[in-house]
Amino acid sequence: VCFIPGGLDCSISFVSHVLGKVCVHGRQKEILGVLVPHLTDLTKSDCIWQRICWRLVECVPDRWMEAVVLGFVQGAPGADVLSRLLGNLVLKNKKAQFVVTQKMLLLQYGHTTAVLQNLLGYLSLDSLRRTLLLRVLQELLETWSSSSAVKHSPAEQQLYISKAILICLSHLKEPEIESCRQELLTSMMEGVKCHLDSSLPQLRRLGMVVAESISLKINTEGPVLKFEYEEDDETRELKSLLVQTPPFCVVPSLPDDDRSEKAGAALPLVPESNEKPRTAAPLMPDEELDAELDSDDDLTPYDMSEDKELKIKAPVYIRDCIEVLTGSRSEDVDKWEATVKALESLVRKNPAATREVSVELAKILLHLEEKTCIEGFVELRQRAQVAVLSTDPIPVAKYLTSQFYSLNYSLRQRMDILDVLVLAAQELSCPKFHGKTKHSGAQKPCIQLLPGSDSSKDWRRIVDERIKSKTRRFDMGHSHVELVSRPNEFNSVAGHFFFPLIRHFDRPLTTFDLLGEDHLVLGRLVHTLAILMYLAVNTVAVTAMGKALLEFVWALRFHTDSYVRQGLLSCISSLLLSVPTERILADMTEELLETQSWLGDVMEKDPDGDCRRLALQNLLLMENLKKKLEAVPS
Amino acid sequence: MALPPPDPQFVLRGTSAAVHTLHFSCGGPEPDIPLLFSGSENGFIHVWNLKTRRVDTALDGHGRKSVYCVETMGGKDRLLSQGRDQRICLWDLAEGRTSVTDSVFTEHVGFCRCSLLKVAQGRWLMAMAARSLEEVQILELPSKTSVCTLKPEVGAKLGMPMCLKLWQLNCDSQPMLLAGYEDGSVILWNVSMGKALSQLICHQEPVMSLDFDAEKAKGISGSSEKVLSIWSLNEQQNLQVYKTHELVNAGISDITIRADKKILATAGWDHRIRIFGWKKLKPLAVLDYHTATVHCVSFSDHSNPRERLLAAGSKDQRITVWSIYAET
Repeated sequence: VCFIPGGLDCSISFVSHVLGKVCVHGRQKEILGVLVPHLTDLTKSDCIWQRICWRLVECVPDRWMEAVVLGFVQGAPGADVLSRLLGNLVLKNKKAQFVVTQKMLLLQYGHTTAVLQNLLGYLSLDSLRRTLLLRVLQELLETWSSSSAVKHSPAEQQLYISKAILICLSHLKEPEIESCRQELLTSMMEGVKCHLDSSLPQLRRLGMVVAESISLKINTEGPVLKFEYEEDDETRELKSLLVQTPPFCVVPSLPDDDRSEKAGAALPLVPESNEKPRTAAPLMPDEELDAELDSDDDLTPYDMSEDKELKIKAPVYIRDCIEVLTGSRSEDVDKWEATVKALESLVRKNPAATREVSVELAKILLHLEEKTCIEGFVELRQRAQVAVLSTDPIPVAKYLTSQFYSLNYSLRQRMDILDVLVLAAQELSCPKFHGKTKHSGAQKPCIQLLPGSDSSKDWRRIVDERIKSKTRRFDMGHSHVELVSRPNEFNSVAGHFFFPLIRHFDRPLTTFDLLGEDHLVLGRLVHTLAILMYLAVNTVAVTAMGKALLEFVWALRFHTDSYVRQGLLSCISSLLLSVPTERILADMTEELLETQSWLGDVMEKDPDGDCRRLALQNLLLMENLKKKLEAVPS
Repeated sequence: MALPPPDPQFVLRGTSAAVHTLHFSCGGPEPDIPLLFSGSENGFIHVWNLKTRRVDTALDGHGRKSVYCVETMGGKDRLLSQGRDQRICLWDLAEGRTSVTDSVFTEHVGFCRCSLLKVAQGRWLMAMAARSLEEVQILELPSKTSVCTLKPEVGAKLGMPMCLKLWQLNCDSQPMLLAGYEDGSVILWNVSMGKALSQLICHQEPVMSLDFDAEKAKGISGSSEKVLSIWSLNEQQNLQVYKTHELVNAGISDITIRADKKILATAGWDHRIRIFGWKKLKPLAVLDYHTATVHCVSFSDHSNPRERLLAAGSKDQRITVWSIYAET
């Protein structure tokens, strides 16, 4: 398509119609791929061409406007180009305005960051359009800070909205920020609360990054909000959006790659410069050496071989440890530290002595707080707890599970109980673990500051491996070394770990309501039950556990928190893997059929990607079960 | 083959509280009994008779608050003590009296020991930490008039003064003050002009104690870390680091150089007393007797060199007295 330059007054509406028709039929890329570069060049300096271009898009009939605008926004190499091409279309045409300010930002979320940059940059480039920019920002913030949106929309959409907010912020000028400072602040406060409430670490991080950025923009001097979180590619990308490269830079690779400035979104901590203003260089004592050889020689040193580092001895008996840990003598902090460090090995070396005082020790450890600053205190305490639990499982498990549902414990303590139960179960059930939890940290769903979304990843890995091993029909030969076999110590205690945990989940206490506010702990509990189920393979209680677990999952299957749902699906996986096939088919057929239809539903309709994947996995496992059954000659 | 370190010559028990400060007074002529003054955490000052090795008198002047500094002023009849009751007391102990003749209310709530310097017959200068956080006040005793107040510049962020040492090179020169602060730096002040002459950052942690040899213009400071820092004063009155020495265990409560400038002793948090040669800081001995952190060390002022003693007071309520390198 070429245009006749010059002062000819041509009617463009025909071209607009063609353009519109083509775009609406889905051929945006082809036609705009040719048109846009031409127009970019032509409109660079020529006003007439600019106006022609504007006429072109303005004349597109409303029913095709959306496709055309979408195509332009996606195809334009930069916001300034888009501005040249579209002009004030959004102000003149209602449909275009709707597409740009509502549809592409709030109703769709599949567009790339580049497209967002184009769109929002376009809105910011003209003073008339800037009001739209502000309105867009307000609406985005409303969505971002609405708790139902945070709970129910998919993570990808929330990421998209966060990106849009950050780009908008980067375009705002001082006076505009001034005018809407109060609203920004209010939205930020509400939004950050909803985000931090979420059980998914990704959403929490998103909330934190956006809140920090907003705070940075509205408080140019004075303290700025700063959260602690692990930086990863996503957060870095988000922060880089806060900086805008100057609009006349037509760089097709976008500010996405501009990672060099982290926009001070995280105020760089000024390292306390280690000032050593030595007034002069240290004097070299060389010259003095010879002159002074005499006077010091008549002082003969004594034997100083005993002069070693001072070590505080830890107690050698378990009961002494108990005394030290419960003692009120605050002076002996050195001894206390040494005791905490030595406790785990003492417990493992003296199982008989430990069994005498196991519940007391468990109680002390559960309530033990950091008296002095020891490195790795949390881990030391946890390892000691696991040691005590493994040495004397039944009474200690009874104690811990009862405390899980008692009043006046913090959420952290309850989650610690769950972690300890899991670790001890792992130790008892696995032949490799001889009390040495030297396994890589990734496998242990413990000590996490963010609740175990990591564990669900390991979960998937473990479950995948299991699936692989179960679907293999041919034995590929002994390619692995035979593991040393030990009696399964988890067998006799599995029930003691599992059933008390499942018993009272629907009974709310004053300070602890699993089905209410404390859905974080519920999520952890569900994941814990999944792991316990998995570890209970080959135990006697496994079938009973399976039935109870299935009922439990069924009761909670519509829970609104995605972390809990992921846990429930993991429970089903463990169940299918651990309970022997015959027992599943004999005792749980109807429930399984119902579960299957539920899983199908989840797989199609659940907003959370992980849930859908887990549901699919479970359905595959069930397929395998069926196949296995069919393969067995009757 | 090096000899094992010597045992204490004797051990004084009976303070029933941690010992924070010691001071000998053994310089008097023959009929005078050599004495050792000790200040304890229970507020008592014990006067030990070194012949009988028993307590002669117990002085109670600080309201049972810990006494952390004792000094004599020209003989054993006049004693100065500083306690956690924010007071410095002057005692008259002549002819068996035990009365407080005067006191200075310092309003200092820290642990900084005051420092005394005799400038003329019957006149002393005393440096003490004052009420305001970073300041050091110099008073003239016994008149208790303020000579000057040494204030670091605004924004210096030195923290509290931790230890002080007043000195003058000889009777005619100007008195100077070395002060160690909480931020690990040592500052040299000119007292008459009230100005800071030089500052040196010796440690990363607070300076716990320091001592200075005016003849050699060399000083040493210890801190809560593992390093002893030796610094010197050059002709322009600037402090420079001379050397550092790393210890086995961290934490030094007190350092003192013997009067003949041959050896020095450090009191450690690791319950040990260390002896070094002053010339090159050669480690000479590690005296290990106490079972808790050693708070103070002090050399005696015997006129007969062979009788010289070293005393150490510790949190384990014992005072050990050693005779070490006395023959040189």
